[in-house]
Formats: sequence, structure tokens, C-alpha cells
Amino acid sequence: MQMRAWLLDPAPASRRQAQLGGWFRAWLAFRRNTLGMIGLGIVLLLIGVAAFAPLIVDPASALTQVLADRLQPSSWAHPFGTDELGRDILARVVFGARITLTIVVLVSLIVVPIGLAIGLPAGYFGGWIDAALMRFTDIFLAFPRLVLALAFAAALGPGIENAVIAIALTAWPPYARLARAETLTRRRSEFIQAAELQGASHLRIIATQIVPLCLPSVIIRLTLDMAGIILTAAGLGFLGLGAQPPSPEWGAMVSTGREVLLDQWWVATIPGLAIFVTSLGFNLLGDGLRDVSSGRG
Amino acid sequence: MSGATSGAGHTVGGVARRIVAPLRRLGALLFSVALTFLGLTGVTFAIGRFMPIDPVIAIVGDKASQETYDRVYRELGLDQPVLVQYGTYLGKIARGDFGNSVMTARPVLEDLVRVFPATIELAFLALVIGVVLGIPFGVIAATNRGRWPDQIVRFMSLVGYSMPVFWLGLVGLLLFYAKLGWVEGPGRLDVAFDDIVAPVTGMLTIDALLAGENDVFVNALGHLVLPASILGFLSLAYIARMTRSFMLAQLEQEYILAALAKGLSPWRIIWVHALGNVWVQLVTVIALTFGSLLEGAVLTETVFAWPGLGLYMKNSLFAADLNAVLGGTLLIGAIYILLNMLSDLVYAMVDPRAREPN
Repeated sequence: MQMRAWLLDPAPASRRQAQLGGWFRAWLAFRRNTLGMIGLGIVLLLIGVAAFAPLIVDPASALTQVLADRLQPSSWAHPFGTDELGRDILARVVFGARITLTIVVLVSLIVVPIGLAIGLPAGYFGGWIDAALMRFTDIFLAFPRLVLALAFAAALGPGIENAVIAIALTAWPPYARLARAETLTRRRSEFIQAAELQGASHLRIIATQIVPLCLPSVIIRLTLDMAGIILTAAGLGFLGLGAQPPSPEWGAMVSTGREVLLDQWWVATIPGLAIFVTSLGFNLLGDGLRDVSSGRG
Repeated sequence: MSGATSGAGHTVGGVARRIVAPLRRLGALLFSVALTFLGLTGVTFAIGRFMPIDPVIAIVGDKASQETYDRVYRELGLDQPVLVQYGTYLGKIARGDFGNSVMTARPVLEDLVRVFPATIELAFLALVIGVVLGIPFGVIAATNRGRWPDQIVRFMSLVGYSMPVFWLGLVGLLLFYAKLGWVEGPGRLDVAFDDIVAPVTGMLTIDALLAGENDVFVNALGHLVLPASILGFLSLAYIARMTRSFMLAQLEQEYILAALAKGLSPWRIIWVHALGNVWVQLVTVIALTFGSLLEGAVLTETVFAWPGLGLYMKNSLFAADLNAVLGGTLLIGAIYILLNMLSDLVYAMVDPRAREPN
């Protein structure tokens, strides 16, 4: 309880106490948001499953083909049944979480820096720099995402790395707009002027003063975008343009399960359910975070 | 014109404001559309350039002599500077020449014209479903803010946002076609009904009605209803959610309070006054939804073996038929851009606030 009182102290004694207190208050507000908490649970579960995959299931059973055991329904040995090559579907779904998480992390690592690199200078310097950068962004914003990712993936060749690049190339414009808008609202603030008067360079002001203030909204936007990224990646996988066999990518698993849909429904249905639950988790989490940040609780 | 009786300067200024300002905005809009379209063609051109397949070998085969190779290389203009090649590319597109499809051995434009109506039919019915259900759901959610109808609509939207459309299609086929037998299976028509009606619009349901073939119509509709409902559910999620937030903004306005005080029925205030003011914003949302439906069609058509643009692009992709893929990308991209422009225009026409800069 002492910890709680220290965190919620209305007169924090140090900068760190104030910051931790702010986070704790946000957490208290977020905790009341049931759907958001469910989303957080799903996302944490996904991360846990991906991290401890070899401890949850036998890694070999995700890839080893046991043709004698092909297309088995649910049983003790194979809770989700087996696929057309006798591989354990549970093991493949569990290891598929790693692929999904990798895609999501890689796309974020590309998209956020590009968005910031274009949006921050646009908002900070204004004028023709702003006009040129935003015109460039608008061009990419007007593109249909999946179709463009499809064309990119077709040109670069199928594969998970190229799927990531294709998705990232079509996903960055909203971040540039967001970063620009956040920068514009802060550009004329007194603390920015104070930093300028102290002789800080533009780069230093952007990096130390503006970026930290942009990050919360970028992170919320990213969480909400995760679902779209996962769905696009799964769609590319389903079309055969994402991760290649035998890697257990969920979209590709749905695609192979199509052949036996009417007789062995679980082969296509279970990995699809994993895609749905994961993207729902990110959507619920992002929605909850947005509610808390906009004070709607 | 009240300007006739007032000072001359005022009249000139008024006319100038009324004519020049909208023209300037129209010009700016056209400029940005042209620029976006240039960007789109630039991207498809670049994709065509760094495709790992050698376009010359794709035509002459890898057993051709060096002479033949060089000749075709020059014929394709590959020895020209990149900018010149891009200019040639733009000129061809302007004439509707997207090259020939390797897969069908016909001009890509011809193929696109043939397959596109099937996609339009699918996307249009999906949009109708999304609008007819999505708007009332959004209104009900907004008027019951925070209560259970709102929570249900909110959760339903999130489910729609999170749904892999290809998976929902498969589950739908499994349930409503294989198990329950409520709808027809993949494809647009049963084999028995093939070639009965002559294609007029290319949309089978309309063609069947025009020909007076009721059996064909019923069968075509049976094939159409499941993929359209599944796509429609996705657009419903988005439309309901946007309607809700637009309506919430309206319901906080003072004119709602004034209308209540005047004694108008709440039903009339919500569905006529508030919704009437939301329409403008909804037009944009609906236009964008239609664009995303065309995209969703790529996956849905693959699942339902629906012979539209999406399936055509997907098949071309695996036949390494780059002209066809890029032609389809250009078509969808151009429609996307035009829809964006149209919604901007409609917005400016209907909403006076968007017309006056201040």
C-alpha cells in the first residue's frame, strides 16, 4: 500500500516519481476497461506462447511428417488434430505465433521510423518542406494496401521478408500524418522556444523534446494497426505470397486446409481462429488504450 | 444578387469569391489527383522494373540466340533511359494499352473489362448490405451510448475489424453450403445454367432479369448471397462504427436540444435531423468502403472461385503474368483515387462549411 501511496502522491518529490505515478494512474484507468484487459490478456498470451513455444509443444512435431497419422481428428495426442502431412496442428499453431509476432515486430520497426522521419520535419519546419513531404505521403495514402502489397510481393518474390517489406511500404503514411499533427500542436509551445533560446539544434529539439511526446499516440495507433498488419500478412500467406512451406504460417495453413475443408474441417479452421483471436486481441487492446488516452475510460 | 445595389468593388469581390475560389479548389483537387495517379503509375512502373523475371526471356525463352535477345531487348525499349521508358509507359496507359496477358494471350484491358463486372456485382451488393444494416446499427449505438446496444455494436465492429475474410468465407461455405445447404456453392452459377443468358452488363443477376430468366436469377443470387454477405459484414463493421461517432458529435449540438424543446418527437430528431446532418460525412466513408471492398474481393474471390478481378489477379500472380497483375493494380488504384476525389467533391457540394475556407 505504501508503494501505491508513493505512486499516487499529488506532490511527487522527483521527476521519476512523477513519471511512474503518471503511468500508474494510466494503468488504473485502463484496468477498469474490461474489453481492453481481455485484449491485453490475449496479446500477453501470444507473446508468452511465442517465447515458450518449445516448452509448450515438441518442436519436432510441428514439422515432422507422419503420413500414417494424416488428417486425424482431435485426440489426446493431437488436441487440434493433424494436417494433410500428419503434422500436429497445435504445435504448428504455437510455432506460428512466432512468425506472426516476428512479422508484426519487423513491420513496426520499419514503419515507425519512416513515419517519424517524414512527419516530424514536416510539422516542425512547415512551409514547402511540409507541403512536399505531405504530398508524397498522400500519394501513398491513396493506394489500396493489400493490392499494392500483393504487387510488391509478386515483384520481390514470395517469402516472409518480402511480405514484411511489402506491408511496411504501404503502412507508413498514417504515422507520418500522426507525427506531423502531434508536432504541429507542440511546435509553438514555450518549452520548445526555451530550448531554442538555449541554443539547442533542431535535431536535438526534435529528438529530445518532440519525439517523446509523439510516442504515446504512435504506440496507440500501432496497436490498432497490428490487427490490420496481421490480417494483411495472413492474406498474403493465404495467397501463397508470405512465409513458404513448410513453415507454420497461419494464413498458409488455412490455405492448405482448404483442400480438405468439407471432410476435415479443423485443418483450415483452427489456424484461422488463431488469426482472428490474435487480431481481435490487438484491436481490443488498442481500443482500450485509446479510450484511456482520450479520457473516456 | 444583392451585390447589384451595393458598391461596385463589393460586387466584383463577391463574384470573384464565388467563381474563382471554387475553381481554384477544383484545380487544386485535380492537380492532387493527377499527382497521385502519377505516383501510382510510378510505383507500378518501378515494380515492373525490379521484377526478378527477365521480361525478354519471358517472351523469347531461354534458348533464343543472343541476336534475338538483343532485338527484343531493343523492341521493348529496355535500352532507353528509365525516364523515357516511364514516358512510353504513361503514353501506353493513356491509350488503354496495358500490354498482353501471358496467361490468356489477350490484351489485359480486354480481360479486365470481362472480369470486372463480376467484382462490381459482388462489391455492390456487399456495400448495400453494409449501408442498410450499418447505418441503423450506428445510430442505435449512438443513441444508446454506453448501454448494451452500444456495447454489442462496438464488439461486433471489433470482430469485423479482426476477421480474416478468407477464413470467414471458408467457415461460411462449410456451414451454410456444405452443412445447411442454404446457399449455392463456389462459382457464379451452376453448370446447368451456364450460357443461358447472353451477357449484357456482365452482372449475372441483372442479365438474368433482363432476359426474363427467373431460374437463372435465383441460382445466381444463391451463389452471390454468401460472398456478398461476408464482404458486407466487413463494411458493416466500419460503417456502423463511423456512423456512431458522427452521430455522437451531432447529438451533443444545441439544435438537438432546441428541437427537443420545441416538442419534436425524439424519433424524428434522431433519424431526420441528426442523421440528415451526418450524411455528408457518411458519403466519404461509403466511398472509402467501396474501395476497400474491391480489395477484400481479391481474397473473397479466391475462396469462392468467383471469376472477378481478384481471382484474375491472383491467378495471374502465379502465372508470373506481370502485365495482368499491374493492370489490375492500376485499375483498383485508379478507382480508389477517383472515389477519394468524388467524396471530396460531394463533401464540398453538400456541406457549405467545406466550401467556405473560413
